[in-house]
Amino acid sequence: MNTTLNFAWRNIWRHPRRTILTMLAIAFGAALLVFSIGLQLGQYDLMIKGSISIYQGLLQVQKKGYLDEPKIRNDIKDIQNLARTIRDKTGIKSITARANGFALVSSEQRSYGTLITGVEPEYEKLVSSIPGTIKEGRYLLSDDSHEVIIGKSLANNLRIKTGDELTLMGSGRDGSIAATILPVSGIYDSGSKELDRNLIQIPIKTFQEVFSMGNAGHALIFYHDEIKKEHFFRQQLQQLIADNNQLLTLSWDQLQPGIKQAIELDYSSGWFMYLVLVAIITLSILNTFLMSVLERSREFGIMLALGYKPFNIAKLVMLEALILTFFALTLGTLAGLAINVYFAVYGLTFEGMEEIAQMYNMSATLHPQITFESILIGPLVIFIFTILSALYPAMKIRHLQPVEAMRKI
Amino acid sequence: MQNTDNQTVVICTDLSKTYQQGLIQVHALSNINFEVNKGEFICLSGPSGSGKSTLLNMIGGLDTPSSGKVYIDGEEIDKLNKSELADMRLHKIGFVFQAYNLIPVLTAQENIEMVMQMQGVSKNERHHKSLNILQEVGLGGLENRKPTELSGGQQQRIAVARAIVSRPSLVLADEPTANLDSLTASKLIDLMLQMNELHNTTFIISTHDPMIMQRSKKLVKLHDGKIIDNIIQKNNV
Repeated sequence: MNTTLNFAWRNIWRHPRRTILTMLAIAFGAALLVFSIGLQLGQYDLMIKGSISIYQGLLQVQKKGYLDEPKIRNDIKDIQNLARTIRDKTGIKSITARANGFALVSSEQRSYGTLITGVEPEYEKLVSSIPGTIKEGRYLLSDDSHEVIIGKSLANNLRIKTGDELTLMGSGRDGSIAATILPVSGIYDSGSKELDRNLIQIPIKTFQEVFSMGNAGHALIFYHDEIKKEHFFRQQLQQLIADNNQLLTLSWDQLQPGIKQAIELDYSSGWFMYLVLVAIITLSILNTFLMSVLERSREFGIMLALGYKPFNIAKLVMLEALILTFFALTLGTLAGLAINVYFAVYGLTFEGMEEIAQMYNMSATLHPQITFESILIGPLVIFIFTILSALYPAMKIRHLQPVEAMRKI
Repeated sequence: MQNTDNQTVVICTDLSKTYQQGLIQVHALSNINFEVNKGEFICLSGPSGSGKSTLLNMIGGLDTPSSGKVYIDGEEIDKLNKSELADMRLHKIGFVFQAYNLIPVLTAQENIEMVMQMQGVSKNERHHKSLNILQEVGLGGLENRKPTELSGGQQQRIAVARAIVSRPSLVLADEPTANLDSLTASKLIDLMLQMNELHNTTFIISTHDPMIMQRSKKLVKLHDGKIIDNIIQKNNV
């Protein structure tokens, strides 16, 4: 072993109990950060996946301006053909066309205003979880069948069941009255009360016919569960629609900025707590390092007398801090990783989380995310702060005078 | 650079040191003029507070004089910056302290090697030299002992070995026998005289110990920060 490294290593173990306690403090902090950040990122992943899988998809192609002004006239011509072309060229099936409108829906007893979406049933199943949440009846059969599916809450409000007829009345693309009567083929329960109360779906061709849309629609929905590949897919889509400058691709966070903002806010407040934890750890480490330097003042005085330069002694102290921190962080990171792996496999359920989970269409069981970011960012922050805390006592050595230092006990 | 004869290792000219203790000024050294030639074995004697340790600290560049100059091998040490002073101590001066002052976590051999390591001496050479010097100071076989596993006399021998292993021009020893019993102290003096003879190393030793005073080649008596006597002794060894 290198002599200086050997010297530093032995200095660390002058007071084994103190060293072990300091290492445990660092390791505990690191493990806690690895676990907390992993859990937090896992939770965000669930939120995003829940949000994109239920209805909106990972990416959407819309006409420019439709997001801000979702008017029925801001449409994309020949939308099913465009969806087909993109599916063929990318080989990805989870792309579907939708048309959106607003209508007053009435049962025999009640009426409610609601969003009505025309969908391609075959492909809708690949981009949205709603078809899989039919609790009564069945999902839509084909692009041109005359039927409707509605959410559980709306069905309750309208007091209807499958097989009953629903009257739709709205305004068509050309300003004409869009009206039809459709039987309810299925009632879905997505878990999101907002969707269940406000969204009904009909086949896209029926929609185009009722709302005088011709072959137009309003959005192409693209779904993929690898959120991190969003940029790649977006570029692909962008290239395929490049010849129509009226169209643009929107990502999930542009479609639902609220989720992104909620995540950012939660992440920031999480980091505030983490930094408090890191600060507490740093202060305890600073205390240890400072004691270690002060109690060795006499020894440093001797070393200075023998010809050591203050810089060399400061380097030795920094090396001791580095070694101690490295081993403690390795221990803590491995412990945090082990906890994360355990909960990634078995999941972690909090009492009373079901409602929040439902709000974001999430599972109530959390699985920590295991990525380089979740594992390394916490220990890296502790490492930086620990090394900074070791700098202060190391800097004090620069001002030591050999004679003064040797007089210290 | 002082134009000195090659034999002169230390020159102190008009050296004074005044400490401020509250409102009182303490004159630790007053106008010391003093020369040490290569190979000399000098004893600084005098009562406590006479300025022996202060003079050693000035010569060793561990403290700065209030006025006057110190030259080591012709170089005025007052003109050196912190780093150059450290280099001078590393290459030209060996120190032996009253309380042994070995590094507790290092073995006897590593304590001896630490100065050579700073000097950039290769590992093999360090190893070879440290084992040789351990033999010379009579501690062969104890190279792997930590200071706490050695007696006071053995620790001080290690300190002497550390001071002389890289053949400095000068060894400064501050009360090296103060913590030792008379027999061990006598052996240590033998050792230092032997090293002085063997390697022609210059020794300046501050002491109260009459045994060292008696056996030194030159005795410089200090009182109240002044040299009051400078005696060359012939029948010393």
